[in-house]
Amino acid sequence: MDNIEILEKINKIAIEIGRSVNLMEVCGTHTQAISRFGIRKILPKNIKLITGPGCPVCVTSQKDIDAIVSLALAGIPVATYGDMLRVPGRFGSLDEAREKGAKVFDVYSTEDALKLKKDYPDLVFFGLGFETTTPMTAWAIRKGLTVYSSHKIFLPAMEALLNSSEVNIDGFIDPGHVSVVIGEKPYEKLNSPQVITGFEERDVLEGVYLLLCQIENSDSRVVNQYSRVVKKEGNKKIQEIIDEVFEIADGDWRGFGIIKNSGLEIRKKYQKFDAKNKYKNVLDKIDFSKSKDPVGCKCGEVIQGIISPKKCPMFGKVCTPDNPVGPCMVSVEGACNNLFCEAE
Amino acid sequence: MCLAFPGKIIKLNSKNQATVDFDGVEKEINVSLIDNIKKGEFVIVHAGFAIERIEKSQKRELDNILGNI
Repeated sequence: MDNIEILEKINKIAIEIGRSVNLMEVCGTHTQAISRFGIRKILPKNIKLITGPGCPVCVTSQKDIDAIVSLALAGIPVATYGDMLRVPGRFGSLDEAREKGAKVFDVYSTEDALKLKKDYPDLVFFGLGFETTTPMTAWAIRKGLTVYSSHKIFLPAMEALLNSSEVNIDGFIDPGHVSVVIGEKPYEKLNSPQVITGFEERDVLEGVYLLLCQIENSDSRVVNQYSRVVKKEGNKKIQEIIDEVFEIADGDWRGFGIIKNSGLEIRKKYQKFDAKNKYKNVLDKIDFSKSKDPVGCKCGEVIQGIISPKKCPMFGKVCTPDNPVGPCMVSVEGACNNLFCEAE
Repeated sequence: MCLAFPGKIIKLNSKNQATVDFDGVEKEINVSLIDNIKKGEFVIVHAGFAIERIEKSQKRELDNILGNI
Protein backbone atom coordinates (compact mmCIF):
# COMPACT_ATOMS: atom_id res chain seq x y z
CA MET A 1 0.00 0.00 0.00
CA ASP A 2 1.54 3.35 -1.01
CA ASN A 3 0.99 6.78 0.52
CA ILE A 4 -1.76 7.69 -1.97
CA GLU A 5 -3.71 4.53 -1.10
CA ILE A 6 -3.35 5.23 2.64
CA LEU A 7 -4.54 8.79 2.08
CA GLU A 8 -7.57 7.50 0.15
CA LYS A 9 -8.38 5.21 3.08
CA ILE A 10 -8.02 8.18 5.49
CA ASN A 11 -10.40 10.26 3.35
CA LYS A 12 -12.95 7.44 3.23
CA ILE A 13 -12.92 6.75 6.96
CA ALA A 14 -12.99 10.50 7.76
CA ILE A 15 -16.27 10.78 5.84
CA GLU A 16 -17.65 7.72 7.65
CA ILE A 17 -16.74 9.18 11.06
CA GLY A 18 -18.48 12.37 9.98
CA ARG A 19 -17.40 14.62 12.83
CA SER A 20 -14.41 16.70 13.80
CA VAL A 21 -11.54 14.58 15.20
CA ASN A 22 -8.58 15.93 17.22
CA LEU A 23 -5.42 13.82 17.13
CA MET A 24 -2.47 14.94 19.23
CA GLU A 25 1.18 14.20 18.50
CA VAL A 26 3.32 14.32 21.65
CA CYS A 27 6.83 14.01 20.27
CA GLY A 28 8.86 16.92 18.93
CA THR A 29 10.26 14.79 16.10
CA HIS A 30 6.72 13.90 15.01
CA THR A 31 5.91 17.63 15.04
CA GLN A 32 8.88 18.20 12.73
CA ALA A 33 7.89 15.29 10.46
CA ILE A 34 4.27 16.50 10.18
CA SER A 35 5.46 19.97 9.14
CA ARG A 36 8.22 18.71 6.84
CA PHE A 37 5.89 16.41 4.92
CA GLY A 38 3.00 18.91 4.92
CA ILE A 39 0.70 16.30 6.44
CA ARG A 40 -1.76 18.80 7.96
CA LYS A 41 -2.46 20.16 4.49
CA ILE A 42 -3.28 16.80 2.92
CA LEU A 43 -5.60 15.46 5.63
CA PRO A 44 -9.39 15.80 5.38
CA LYS A 45 -10.74 19.00 6.95
CA ASN A 46 -12.42 17.20 9.85
CA ILE A 47 -9.14 15.51 10.93
CA LYS A 48 -7.07 17.94 12.95
CA LEU A 49 -3.51 17.33 14.16
CA ILE A 50 -2.71 19.17 17.40
CA THR A 51 0.82 19.54 18.75
CA GLY A 52 1.16 18.56 22.40
CA PRO A 53 3.93 18.81 25.01
CA GLY A 54 6.51 16.74 23.11
CA CYS A 55 9.23 19.37 22.79
CA PRO A 56 11.59 18.99 25.80
CA VAL A 57 12.92 22.53 25.56
CA CYS A 58 9.37 23.95 25.39
CA VAL A 59 8.05 22.20 28.51
CA THR A 60 11.05 23.10 30.68
CA SER A 61 9.81 25.39 33.41
CA GLN A 62 10.83 29.01 33.70
CA LYS A 63 12.07 28.21 37.20
CA ASP A 64 14.58 25.65 35.90
CA ILE A 65 15.76 28.05 33.19
CA ASP A 66 16.26 30.82 35.74
CA ALA A 67 18.13 28.38 37.99
CA ILE A 68 20.58 27.20 35.33
CA VAL A 69 21.22 30.71 33.99
CA SER A 70 21.88 31.85 37.58
CA LEU A 71 24.45 29.07 38.02
CA ALA A 72 26.18 30.12 34.80
CA LEU A 73 26.21 33.79 35.85
CA ALA A 74 27.64 32.75 39.23
CA GLY A 75 30.70 31.44 37.39
CA ILE A 76 29.79 27.74 37.25
CA PRO A 77 30.48 26.21 33.81
CA VAL A 78 27.26 24.87 32.23
CA ALA A 79 26.72 22.48 29.30
CA THR A 80 23.48 21.45 27.65
CA TYR A 81 21.83 20.61 24.32
CA GLY A 82 21.75 23.33 21.63
CA ASP A 83 18.19 24.71 21.53
CA MET A 84 18.13 25.26 25.28
CA LEU A 85 20.78 27.96 25.03
CA ARG A 86 18.42 30.46 23.38
CA VAL A 87 15.40 30.12 25.67
CA PRO A 88 14.95 33.42 27.51
CA GLY A 89 14.47 33.59 31.26
CA ARG A 90 14.30 36.29 33.88
CA PHE A 91 18.10 36.63 33.89
CA GLY A 92 18.37 36.24 30.11
CA SER A 93 19.24 33.06 28.22
CA LEU A 94 22.30 30.83 28.55
CA ASP A 95 23.51 32.35 25.26
CA GLU A 96 23.26 35.82 26.77
CA ALA A 97 25.06 34.62 29.89
CA ARG A 98 27.87 33.40 27.61
CA GLU A 99 28.04 36.85 25.99
CA LYS A 100 28.54 38.25 29.49
CA GLY A 101 31.53 35.94 29.99
CA ALA A 102 29.91 32.85 31.53
CA LYS A 103 31.28 29.46 30.51
CA VAL A 104 28.37 27.92 28.58
CA PHE A 105 28.81 24.98 26.22
CA ASP A 106 26.56 23.41 23.60
CA VAL A 107 27.07 19.61 23.54
CA TYR A 108 25.77 16.79 21.33
CA SER A 109 25.94 14.16 24.04
CA THR A 110 26.62 13.63 27.74
CA GLU A 111 29.88 11.95 26.68
CA ASP A 112 30.96 15.33 25.27
CA ALA A 113 30.01 16.91 28.61
CA LEU A 114 32.17 14.36 30.45
CA LYS A 115 35.10 15.24 28.18
CA LEU A 116 34.56 18.95 28.97
CA LYS A 117 34.62 18.12 32.67
CA LYS A 118 38.34 17.30 32.36
CA ASP A 119 39.01 20.99 31.62
CA TYR A 120 36.16 22.35 33.79
CA PRO A 121 35.88 20.13 36.89
CA ASP A 122 32.92 22.14 38.27
CA LEU A 123 30.90 21.72 35.06
CA VAL A 124 27.13 21.26 35.46
CA PHE A 125 25.13 19.51 32.75
CA PHE A 126 21.54 20.79 32.39
CA GLY A 127 19.64 17.53 31.90
CA LEU A 128 16.24 17.93 30.28
CA GLY A 129 13.81 15.90 28.27
CA PHE A 130 11.89 12.70 28.67
CA GLU A 131 12.74 9.00 28.79
CA THR A 132 14.69 9.38 25.52
CA THR A 133 17.37 11.72 26.91
CA THR A 134 17.26 10.60 30.55
CA PRO A 135 19.33 7.38 30.05
CA MET A 136 22.31 9.31 28.64
CA THR A 137 22.20 11.61 31.68
CA ALA A 138 21.93 8.65 34.06
CA TRP A 139 24.87 6.95 32.35
CA ALA A 140 26.98 10.10 32.71
CA ILE A 141 26.05 10.63 36.38
CA ARG A 142 27.36 7.13 37.07
CA LYS A 143 30.62 8.29 35.41
CA GLY A 144 30.79 11.38 37.66
CA LEU A 145 29.00 14.15 35.73
CA THR A 146 27.27 16.77 37.90
CA VAL A 147 23.71 17.38 36.67
CA TYR A 148 20.87 19.83 37.24
CA SER A 149 17.90 17.59 36.47
CA SER A 150 14.82 18.89 34.73
CA HIS A 151 14.06 15.42 33.35
CA LYS A 152 10.45 14.36 33.10
CA ILE A 153 8.31 11.25 32.70
CA PHE A 154 5.93 11.55 29.81
CA LEU A 155 2.86 9.50 30.69
CA PRO A 156 1.57 11.77 33.53
CA ALA A 157 1.40 14.67 31.04
CA MET A 158 -0.79 12.58 28.73
CA GLU A 159 -3.04 11.74 31.68
CA ALA A 160 -3.23 15.46 32.55
CA LEU A 161 -4.26 16.25 28.99
CA LEU A 162 -7.01 13.59 29.03
CA ASN A 163 -8.31 15.02 32.33
CA SER A 164 -8.24 18.60 31.05
CA SER A 165 -11.53 20.36 30.32
CA GLU A 166 -9.75 22.80 28.02
CA VAL A 167 -8.74 20.39 25.27
CA ASN A 168 -10.58 17.51 23.66
CA ILE A 169 -8.30 14.75 22.36
CA ASP A 170 -9.72 11.81 20.36
CA GLY A 171 -6.42 9.95 20.04
CA PHE A 172 -2.67 10.17 20.55
CA ILE A 173 0.26 9.59 18.23
CA ASP A 174 2.50 8.30 21.04
CA PRO A 175 6.12 9.46 21.27
CA GLY A 176 8.18 7.02 19.18
CA HIS A 177 11.54 7.20 20.91
CA VAL A 178 10.14 7.51 24.43
CA SER A 179 8.35 4.28 23.51
CA VAL A 180 11.68 2.64 22.58
CA VAL A 181 12.60 3.02 26.25
CA ILE A 182 9.29 2.37 28.05
CA GLY A 183 7.66 -0.04 25.58
CA GLU A 184 3.95 -0.40 24.83
CA LYS A 185 2.56 -1.43 28.20
CA PRO A 186 2.59 1.85 30.21
CA TYR A 187 0.24 3.48 27.67
CA GLU A 188 -2.40 0.80 28.20
CA LYS A 189 -3.70 2.53 31.33
CA LEU A 190 -4.78 5.56 29.28
CA ASN A 191 -8.35 5.31 28.07
CA SER A 192 -7.69 6.68 24.60
CA PRO A 193 -6.93 5.39 21.11
CA GLN A 194 -3.15 5.43 20.62
CA VAL A 195 -0.64 4.54 17.95
CA ILE A 196 3.11 4.23 18.39
CA THR A 197 4.49 5.15 15.02
CA GLY A 198 7.72 6.00 13.22
CA PHE A 199 8.86 9.23 11.65
CA GLU A 200 8.65 8.75 7.90
CA GLU A 201 5.75 10.20 5.89
CA ARG A 202 4.22 6.77 5.51
CA ASP A 203 4.61 6.02 9.23
CA VAL A 204 2.69 9.17 10.21
CA LEU A 205 -0.06 8.58 7.62
CA GLU A 206 -0.44 4.98 8.80
CA GLY A 207 -0.55 6.25 12.37
CA VAL A 208 -3.38 8.63 11.54
CA TYR A 209 -5.27 5.88 9.70
CA LEU A 210 -4.85 3.39 12.54
CA LEU A 211 -6.19 5.97 15.01
CA LEU A 212 -9.19 6.70 12.80
CA CYS A 213 -9.94 2.95 12.57
CA GLN A 214 -10.09 2.81 16.38
CA ILE A 215 -12.23 5.94 16.61
CA GLU A 216 -14.69 4.61 14.05
CA ASN A 217 -14.97 1.35 16.01
CA SER A 218 -15.20 3.19 19.39
CA ASP A 219 -12.07 1.28 20.40
CA SER A 220 -9.27 2.40 22.73
CA ARG A 221 -6.02 0.48 22.56
CA VAL A 222 -2.31 0.87 21.89
CA VAL A 223 -1.31 -0.14 18.37
CA ASN A 224 2.41 -0.43 17.62
CA GLN A 225 3.13 0.54 14.01
CA TYR A 226 6.85 1.04 14.91
CA SER A 227 7.56 -2.51 16.05
CA ARG A 228 10.72 -2.61 13.96
CA VAL A 229 12.21 -0.51 16.78
CA VAL A 230 9.74 -0.40 19.72
CA LYS A 231 9.51 -3.65 21.69
CA LYS A 232 6.50 -4.48 23.87
CA GLU A 233 8.57 -4.32 27.09
CA GLY A 234 10.83 -1.47 25.93
CA ASN A 235 14.56 -1.44 26.65
CA LYS A 236 14.86 -2.98 30.13
CA LYS A 237 18.55 -2.20 30.46
CA ILE A 238 17.82 1.50 29.99
CA GLN A 239 14.88 1.34 32.40
CA GLU A 240 17.19 -0.15 35.05
CA ILE A 241 19.86 2.54 34.57
CA ILE A 242 17.25 5.31 34.90
CA ASP A 243 15.79 3.68 38.01
CA GLU A 244 19.21 3.26 39.60
CA VAL A 245 20.10 6.95 39.26
CA PHE A 246 16.76 8.77 39.39
CA GLU A 247 13.71 8.73 41.62
CA ILE A 248 10.24 9.91 40.76
CA ALA A 249 9.18 13.32 42.08
CA ASP A 250 6.64 15.96 41.15
CA GLY A 251 7.57 17.67 37.87
CA ASP A 252 7.19 21.34 36.96
CA TRP A 253 6.00 21.79 33.35
CA ARG A 254 5.55 25.03 31.46
CA GLY A 255 1.82 25.62 31.05
CA PHE A 256 0.68 22.67 33.16
CA GLY A 257 2.49 23.70 36.37
CA ILE A 258 3.22 20.85 38.77
CA ILE A 259 2.19 17.40 37.52
CA LYS A 260 2.34 14.83 40.28
CA ASN A 261 4.96 12.09 39.86
CA SER A 262 6.11 13.40 36.49
CA GLY A 263 9.61 14.55 37.40
CA LEU A 264 12.93 12.77 37.92
CA GLU A 265 15.35 13.81 40.65
CA ILE A 266 18.78 12.33 41.33
CA ARG A 267 18.79 9.67 44.07
CA LYS A 268 20.65 10.26 47.37
CA LYS A 269 23.16 7.61 46.35
CA TYR A 270 24.41 10.04 43.68
CA GLN A 271 23.79 13.22 45.70
CA LYS A 272 27.32 14.53 45.21
CA PHE A 273 26.57 14.79 41.48
CA ASP A 274 23.27 16.64 42.03
CA ALA A 275 23.76 20.32 41.17
CA LYS A 276 20.62 21.21 43.18
CA ASN A 277 22.45 19.92 46.26
CA LYS A 278 26.00 20.95 45.33
CA TYR A 279 25.06 24.55 44.50
CA LYS A 280 22.21 24.94 46.97
CA ASN A 281 23.83 28.13 48.30
CA VAL A 282 23.49 29.80 44.87
CA LEU A 283 20.00 28.46 44.15
CA ASP A 284 18.64 29.40 47.60
CA LYS A 285 19.30 33.08 46.84
CA ILE A 286 16.92 33.08 43.84
CA ASP A 287 13.34 34.24 44.36
CA PHE A 288 11.59 31.70 42.11
CA SER A 289 8.20 33.31 42.73
CA LYS A 290 9.36 35.87 40.14
CA SER A 291 10.07 33.18 37.50
CA LYS A 292 7.26 33.90 35.06
CA ASP A 293 6.64 33.19 31.38
CA PRO A 294 7.71 36.03 29.04
CA VAL A 295 5.05 38.78 28.94
CA GLY A 296 2.40 37.98 26.32
CA CYS A 297 3.87 34.55 25.51
CA LYS A 298 1.22 31.86 24.94
CA CYS A 299 3.60 28.86 24.92
CA GLY A 300 1.93 27.45 28.03
CA GLU A 301 -1.40 27.17 26.22
CA VAL A 302 0.18 26.06 22.93
CA ILE A 303 2.01 23.19 24.67
CA GLN A 304 -1.28 21.86 26.06
CA GLY A 305 -3.01 22.13 22.68
CA ILE A 306 -5.47 24.68 24.10
CA ILE A 307 -4.67 27.17 21.35
CA SER A 308 -2.97 26.97 17.98
CA PRO A 309 0.23 29.06 17.69
CA LYS A 310 -1.67 31.22 15.17
CA LYS A 311 -3.96 32.38 18.00
CA CYS A 312 -1.01 34.00 19.76
CA PRO A 313 -0.97 37.72 18.85
CA MET A 314 2.85 37.68 18.71
CA PHE A 315 3.13 34.67 16.35
CA GLY A 316 5.03 35.59 13.18
CA LYS A 317 5.01 39.29 14.10
CA VAL A 318 7.00 40.04 17.24
CA CYS A 319 7.90 36.37 17.73
CA THR A 320 9.82 34.62 14.93
CA PRO A 321 12.59 31.97 14.83
CA ASP A 322 15.14 34.80 14.43
CA ASN A 323 13.68 36.73 17.34
CA PRO A 324 11.86 34.21 19.54
CA VAL A 325 9.90 35.34 22.58
CA GLY A 326 9.12 31.88 23.95
CA PRO A 327 10.59 28.36 23.74
CA CYS A 328 8.01 27.05 21.26
CA MET A 329 9.50 29.45 18.69
CA VAL A 330 13.10 28.82 19.81
CA SER A 331 13.17 25.05 19.45
CA VAL A 332 13.16 23.31 16.07
CA GLU A 333 10.74 20.87 17.72
CA GLY A 334 8.42 23.61 18.97
CA ALA A 335 4.86 24.02 17.68
CA CYS A 336 5.36 27.71 16.82
CA ASN A 337 8.72 27.22 15.10
CA ASN A 338 7.34 24.41 12.94
CA LEU A 339 4.14 26.20 12.00
CA PHE A 340 6.10 29.35 11.14
CA CYS A 341 8.56 27.40 8.95
CA GLU A 342 5.68 25.47 7.31
CA ALA A 343 3.96 28.74 6.37
CA GLU A 344 7.21 30.21 5.05
CA MET B 1 15.93 16.62 20.99
CA CYS B 2 14.01 13.39 20.51
CA LEU B 3 15.56 13.03 17.06
CA ALA B 4 17.20 9.65 16.50
CA PHE B 5 18.94 8.20 13.47
CA PRO B 6 19.23 4.66 12.15
CA GLY B 7 22.73 3.38 11.45
CA LYS B 8 24.73 0.19 10.92
CA ILE B 9 27.39 -1.10 13.33
CA ILE B 10 30.49 -1.53 11.19
CA LYS B 11 33.15 -1.95 13.89
CA LEU B 12 33.21 -2.71 17.62
CA ASN B 13 35.96 -0.52 19.11
CA SER B 14 35.60 -1.41 22.79
CA LYS B 15 33.02 -2.72 25.25
CA ASN B 16 31.13 0.59 25.09
CA GLN B 17 32.07 2.08 21.73
CA ALA B 18 31.31 1.15 18.12
CA THR B 19 31.71 2.83 14.77
CA VAL B 20 28.30 3.34 13.19
CA ASP B 21 27.69 4.07 9.51
CA PHE B 22 24.89 6.59 8.95
CA ASP B 23 24.35 6.26 5.22
CA GLY B 24 28.00 7.05 4.43
CA VAL B 25 28.85 9.15 7.48
CA GLU B 26 30.79 7.23 10.12
CA LYS B 27 30.71 8.19 13.79
CA GLU B 28 31.82 6.60 17.05
CA ILE B 29 28.77 5.81 19.17
CA ASN B 30 28.26 4.59 22.73
CA VAL B 31 26.60 1.16 22.61
CA SER B 32 26.55 0.40 26.34
CA LEU B 33 22.74 0.74 26.59
CA ILE B 34 22.19 -2.38 24.44
CA ASP B 35 23.36 -5.86 25.41
CA ASN B 36 25.41 -8.07 23.09
CA ILE B 37 25.58 -5.70 20.16
CA LYS B 38 27.17 -7.23 17.06
CA LYS B 39 28.87 -5.95 13.94
CA GLY B 40 26.39 -5.70 11.06
CA GLU B 41 23.37 -4.94 13.25
CA PHE B 42 21.27 -1.83 12.68
CA VAL B 43 20.57 0.48 15.61
CA ILE B 44 18.65 3.66 16.44
CA VAL B 45 21.03 6.33 17.76
CA HIS B 46 19.99 9.25 19.95
CA ALA B 47 22.34 11.92 21.37
CA GLY B 48 25.44 9.79 20.80
CA PHE B 49 24.01 6.55 22.23
CA ALA B 50 22.48 3.53 20.51
CA ILE B 51 19.11 3.01 22.25
CA GLU B 52 17.72 -0.03 20.41
CA ARG B 53 18.31 -2.53 17.65
CA ILE B 54 16.25 -2.27 14.48
CA GLU B 55 14.63 -5.63 13.84
CA LYS B 56 14.31 -5.69 10.09
CA SER B 57 12.27 -8.87 10.15
CA GLN B 58 9.68 -7.27 12.43
CA LYS B 59 8.67 -4.57 9.97
CA ARG B 60 4.98 -5.27 9.66
CA GLU B 61 2.82 -4.10 6.82
CA LEU B 62 -0.30 -2.07 7.51
CA ASP B 63 -2.61 -4.89 6.43
CA ASN B 64 -1.06 -7.19 9.06
CA ILE B 65 -1.59 -4.60 11.80
CA LEU B 66 -5.18 -4.00 10.71
CA GLY B 67 -5.78 -7.71 10.95
CA ASN B 68 -5.07 -7.47 14.68
CA ILE B 69 -7.33 -4.55 15.56
